[in-house]
Amino acid sequence: MNHNGTKDHAELAEKFNRDEERVNWHDRTLWWIRQKRDKAAWSLGDEWEPLREEASRIKSHTLSNLSEYLQEFEKNAQANGMTVHWAADAKEHNQIVHSILSKQNIQQIVKSKSMLTEECHLNDYLKEEGIDVIDTDLGERIVQLAEETPSHIVLPCIHWKKEEIGELFHRHLGSPEGVIDPSFLTNTARVHLREKFLTRRIAITGVNFAIAETGEFVVCTNEGNADMGAHLADVHIACMGIEKLIPKRKNLGVFLRLLARSATGQPITTYSSHFKKPRKGQQLHIVLVDNGRSTQLGREDFRNSLKCIRCGACFNTCPVYRRSGGHSYHNAIAGPIGSILAPNLDMRQYKDLPFASTLCGSCSNVCPVKINIHEQLYQWRQVLTEEGYQPKSKYMAMKAMATTLSKPTFFNIAGKAGRWAMKLVPGVVSNQYNPWYKEREMPEPPNESFTEWYQKNRKKKNEQ
Amino acid sequence: MSSREAILAAVKKSQPELLPLPQQDYVSTVPGDVQRFSDTLESIGGKSYLLNQEEGVLEVIAKLFPDAKRVVSVDTSITVHYLHEYESIVHHSLQDVDVAIIKAQFGVAENGAVWVTEEELKIRVMPFICEHLVAIVDAKEIVPNMHEAYNRIGLAEYGFGVFIAGPSKTADIEQSLVLGAHGPKSMTVLIR
Repeated sequence: MNHNGTKDHAELAEKFNRDEERVNWHDRTLWWIRQKRDKAAWSLGDEWEPLREEASRIKSHTLSNLSEYLQEFEKNAQANGMTVHWAADAKEHNQIVHSILSKQNIQQIVKSKSMLTEECHLNDYLKEEGIDVIDTDLGERIVQLAEETPSHIVLPCIHWKKEEIGELFHRHLGSPEGVIDPSFLTNTARVHLREKFLTRRIAITGVNFAIAETGEFVVCTNEGNADMGAHLADVHIACMGIEKLIPKRKNLGVFLRLLARSATGQPITTYSSHFKKPRKGQQLHIVLVDNGRSTQLGREDFRNSLKCIRCGACFNTCPVYRRSGGHSYHNAIAGPIGSILAPNLDMRQYKDLPFASTLCGSCSNVCPVKINIHEQLYQWRQVLTEEGYQPKSKYMAMKAMATTLSKPTFFNIAGKAGRWAMKLVPGVVSNQYNPWYKEREMPEPPNESFTEWYQKNRKKKNEQ
Repeated sequence: MSSREAILAAVKKSQPELLPLPQQDYVSTVPGDVQRFSDTLESIGGKSYLLNQEEGVLEVIAKLFPDAKRVVSVDTSITVHYLHEYESIVHHSLQDVDVAIIKAQFGVAENGAVWVTEEELKIRVMPFICEHLVAIVDAKEIVPNMHEAYNRIGLAEYGFGVFIAGPSKTADIEQSLVLGAHGPKSMTVLIR
């Protein structure tokens, strides 16, 4: 349980795990995407690893010169005719967006995928202000209709089955009852959203990369929803975290080769749109958001998390994510990367997330910008423990463990007692209060400890 | 202090000592492979069509889209479908376009994408709002990969530029691939 009474990752994962068949399906689907990523990476042969290395080093450089690059970007973007806004935190970001809408006297907008606006809870904020926001990415529209949040940064409704989407569309979009064909349902959404694109005058998009050298930004989608929104609207607002910068246009060659291959196994997204100047007669606003990023930049051990290009590869490969679902992370960005970003924003609220990992390291192996994700998860555990964010019971247990392990006599007695108990009164160990017993069969207790076995066999042998 | 100054000060304080920017140059010795471009495009749901010498673009369009009612282009070589009023037209009115024909600057063999800018498009929404998209690219204008693509783009000026690789698509419903999410349901690249 978290401090504010909300459920933590383990409790939410337990809920997700009640439907075993669904967990297996979720697991398989994401693993399939991971395999597509592997094929796409291997298709580049010897080029792949040097590309990752270069991407990582470009980002290291950028972070080490970020204040200069932000100013260079601002200057060039303004020269291109964009209006540049700066937001220190989520609240200011939301206020800036709202003030632009107010000036235009607009109550209805379209928005394409932007994890930053999810992080800032922009939709909730605007709803309070009486603004109707339509998410135009199909997956995001599905979760929005269901009054949920995305469970994956690239595949927002990966936890939804087509039968449920059919039912949802029947209720909200009037598709015939019982129709679950993905083509039919996609077309239903296409017709529904086409009308929104044609009538709404303000479009919000996210940003995948912003280029300091040219003052332009790049948005990548497969659906074309960012472009449909932006090119038909009178006002385009693009929202980005300050870590999205890269120095030069040619650096895009490196990142665009990595992004889609890592995300979905595609060689590139269908659209990689470079917005440099507003369309004639259009307003183009860009909101640069800090919201904790400058703090993370100052944490040496966690700085590298800001290299993330939001491909989601670490989600798809993670054995914990695949079997616990995105909502168990109770944060806009789930998965391994979300688990190292979230505690930076609020250690208390997200203290459980660095523990939602087996530390197997698969996330670090697939990361296109070589973030040492699993090492940072491990480091966060230490920080959280030092700062006192662990439950008392865990401190006690760890203390007892330390005492036992440091005293051979204690260790031997404890081992004997454990083997004895598991054999004669298994209920002492195998009960609902032991988290290790949940979903697991306890092992057969051995007849003797390793020390005992060694004394009997090897030692004797050595003496002979 | 404004948020701008506060953010810049915080970033400056937090950022580590300057690390070098890798300056790798990617110059390949081989030209882009047209066959690889076509194969990749087909593998991502697009279609490629190699124009032979006698064949005109208009003939091919008529053959590929016999039922198309509204075909538009802002390429001056496509006289019949030329959109003369492109400067004054309300862009939303293109929503009933069956086929839009655009001229691409070049194609990328490794991912099947073509590069176009506002210069060729005139109307930014054109390749997105149409039902079917046709892009024309010269066979000698295929580059091998994205590094070469950006070598070619250099620091060119444009208001808007886009790599387009295949039709608009989604797999958000149970990972079933559906072509035509919001934009074109098909994309054909005519290679001449």
